[in-house]
Amino acid sequence: MMNAQSEKNSISNCLHVSSAPHIQSEVTISKIMWTVVVSLLPPLIISIFIFGFQTLIITLVSVVSCVVTEAVSQKMLNRPVTIKDGSAVITGLLLAYIIPPGVPWWLPIPGAFMAIYVTKILMGGLGYNIFNPALIGRAFLMATYPVALTSAWLAPIRNGSIFTYMNANVDAISSATPLYVLKHYGMAALIEKFGSMSVIYTDFFFGFRPGCIGETSAFLILLGGLVLLYKKYISWHIPVSVMGSTALLTWIFGGESFFTGNPLVAILSGGVMLGAFFMATDYVTSPNQKIAQLIFGIGIGALTVLIRLKGGYPEGICYAILLMNPVVPALDQWFKAKRFSEGATQ
Amino acid sequence: MKTTVLNIAKLLTFQKGGINPPEKMRLTKNLPIEVMPTPPEVAIFLKQHVGTACLEHCIRADMCLHFVRQPTDNACKIVFKGLQNTLYSEDYFLNDNICFNSSEVHVQQEEKVSEGDLIGKGSKLGSNLHASISGLVKTISDTPHPFGKEPAIVLSIDPDAKPKSYPIVNENWMSLSREDLFAKIKEAGIVGLGGAGIPIDSKLSVKRDSKLDTLILNSESEPYLTSNYRIMLEHAFEIIEGAKILLTILDIKECIIGVENNKPDAIIALNQAIENDTQKNGSKNQFKIVVQPLQTKYPQDATDQITFTLTGRIKPTGKRISASGVNIQNVYTAKVIYDAVVCHKPFYEKVITVSGRGIARPANLLVKIGTRLRDIVDYLGGMTQDVAKIVIGGPMLGFAVSSLEIPITKTTPGVLFLTQDEIDIQPSYDPCIRCGFCLQACPMGLEPNNVSIYVEAGKSADTEQFGIMEDCFECGCCAYVCPSKRPLVQFIKLAKLKILEAQQKKKQRESKPKESKQREST
Repeated sequence: MMNAQSEKNSISNCLHVSSAPHIQSEVTISKIMWTVVVSLLPPLIISIFIFGFQTLIITLVSVVSCVVTEAVSQKMLNRPVTIKDGSAVITGLLLAYIIPPGVPWWLPIPGAFMAIYVTKILMGGLGYNIFNPALIGRAFLMATYPVALTSAWLAPIRNGSIFTYMNANVDAISSATPLYVLKHYGMAALIEKFGSMSVIYTDFFFGFRPGCIGETSAFLILLGGLVLLYKKYISWHIPVSVMGSTALLTWIFGGESFFTGNPLVAILSGGVMLGAFFMATDYVTSPNQKIAQLIFGIGIGALTVLIRLKGGYPEGICYAILLMNPVVPALDQWFKAKRFSEGATQ
Repeated sequence: MKTTVLNIAKLLTFQKGGINPPEKMRLTKNLPIEVMPTPPEVAIFLKQHVGTACLEHCIRADMCLHFVRQPTDNACKIVFKGLQNTLYSEDYFLNDNICFNSSEVHVQQEEKVSEGDLIGKGSKLGSNLHASISGLVKTISDTPHPFGKEPAIVLSIDPDAKPKSYPIVNENWMSLSREDLFAKIKEAGIVGLGGAGIPIDSKLSVKRDSKLDTLILNSESEPYLTSNYRIMLEHAFEIIEGAKILLTILDIKECIIGVENNKPDAIIALNQAIENDTQKNGSKNQFKIVVQPLQTKYPQDATDQITFTLTGRIKPTGKRISASGVNIQNVYTAKVIYDAVVCHKPFYEKVITVSGRGIARPANLLVKIGTRLRDIVDYLGGMTQDVAKIVIGGPMLGFAVSSLEIPITKTTPGVLFLTQDEIDIQPSYDPCIRCGFCLQACPMGLEPNNVSIYVEAGKSADTEQFGIMEDCFECGCCAYVCPSKRPLVQFIKLAKLKILEAQQKKKQRESKPKESKQREST
């Protein structure tokens, strides 16, 4: 404790003077980002047991290359290095999660360069990118390494060691994804492959199906998504509208005739869950207002189903989100917040 | 018992926006109002409150978004880069024309005054000033003020003088006419204690033809501040009587007292007082006063919000709140009005909350108007070493000050001594990540994110399109929630100033051609 006189001498050196407000909430960008990172980890852990140890290596390569790309490019551009905020880690994780588990370990590196340097840093850094960086990374890899991206699928390890696939020949063990089977051979072939409908639901729900590294376990993705919803970092509007519209449109158009498609398989297969909770909800590349978010989500769902049913690829969520990203500024412009005074009765 | 009372009552709140900062009321919530001994000297500003014309000056003071006072060169160094890289010298504030509503001095130097004497006469929008201690008029000179320096009457104490007491002299105030009541209140120099401190007489002089039908009493909803809570707890009777006086003056019957549900004792105390009142007056009672528990949410006490919460009415943009048929006063104002009418006591002392972890002993203090922060600090045992910010007012709206010489004014709700961990000063801010938190937090449905981007790009004058001039009342919810720690409301304040400047320039440009034409014609 000091008396007033000595206080007066020391006070002018240490007192801060600023405009109100003088308190701030504890939520920071890095807090949000690292929470997202943590909620993204369970799918990675389960993927090691489903597809083997190399998923961890691919993910690590992806994360490290994203973080290094961000640090180096920001240094070179004389900008503050922001790798501590965790957004590059998220991009790295998501980039690895949406490529097949059987790809060569170095494949994420060109993707990371494209995602971080071109899509994010050159656009102006965090907050200024138009497209989701991880998805651009994947789209780039799809164009440059199409064989690896479309055929390096692995069958889930049922009774083997997690190192089963480590040195194996990728081509020999390739296994078609459920969406590929569905697209080219139909529902009957899918049921035949997995045994029965109930096996499909349980296997898909917990993640034991061929697919990208982080997209298979609907259960764990849902868990992570619920954490973000509980923390109020995201709202339900985008995930629900993406999944809802995908399910509805698949049910209507996805079957042999109208209204015979299987909506549940549509959501559980492919990357719809991961995209709906973790990629379509990216703050920077999604609209702010609730109605705009619903339209954004429905747009993604509709484009996903269109690409799945009519397009050349079995899965469409990646391109659906990328196609809806540039619509966001327009959606923000069209759907403004309602002013308080607009409701005035005068 | 408490919980049942609160569960039955439906909690009302405003629909859009708002935040729930940590209440921090525990520091002073349970401390009864304590009378601070008379300080040896008080400095009473001639300008006790901020009038509407002063808006521009307030904004100008806020132009320094964040500055650390450097004692050596007497200049304020701006910490936030990229916005204003210039240095403002302190003179920038001092030489400005300040348009406070001043009172006329009614005493001379060396004149002897006793407690409660009239020392300043209110003119137009000013309020009467009364001596808060007995003693001599030491000098009338400039005294530090949150915005620079202001002329003040400095009184030094006469140590032999006895404290004045105000017994009840006029319990039967009902017999007085509206005009007499109004004159009594005006004479006592009462100002609105909720915020800007508009003199009560101008707040009450509503046009007769207005459709006024409801008096709203609100109480502060900022963190830390508990002075209103203690007043409601300890002076519930006076508040109800004051409300009845206000109703009489306004010539209406209905009064709603909105109290947030984090103050359950206050709700019970006020309800008890109303019950006693009905029992006492029985059928004679013509007034309808109700206590309405409100959801705890900042800014629950703001004009537009409390009007909507309690009456469902929305104020049209650009209109005064009386257009919605309500008159809003603070609960403490009602108490002070009771004192003025029933005890003939002028308004020269008030209850403030002194809180924060930077003060040795937080308290709810009854202090004389004009008591310097220094005396309060000494009385409460001094400050801790790690005090980082002294705030006059609440943490959401208050003014940070750098001098302990600043005296308490009629509108000071409290003084906070905040430590580093309480204010969480960020050295810089990050770009907008478009999370939309500020859009959800804004109680007026504005777009602080877009305004901030415009201001950063140097296009402050173009932000009028976002409606900040009409609707933004600078509650600070946007800056509070921003995860990038962007000074959003500070950006808006800056933008408002730039818009005003642009409008003035435009006016000048328009008036110039006229002048030249006139010259030609002559």
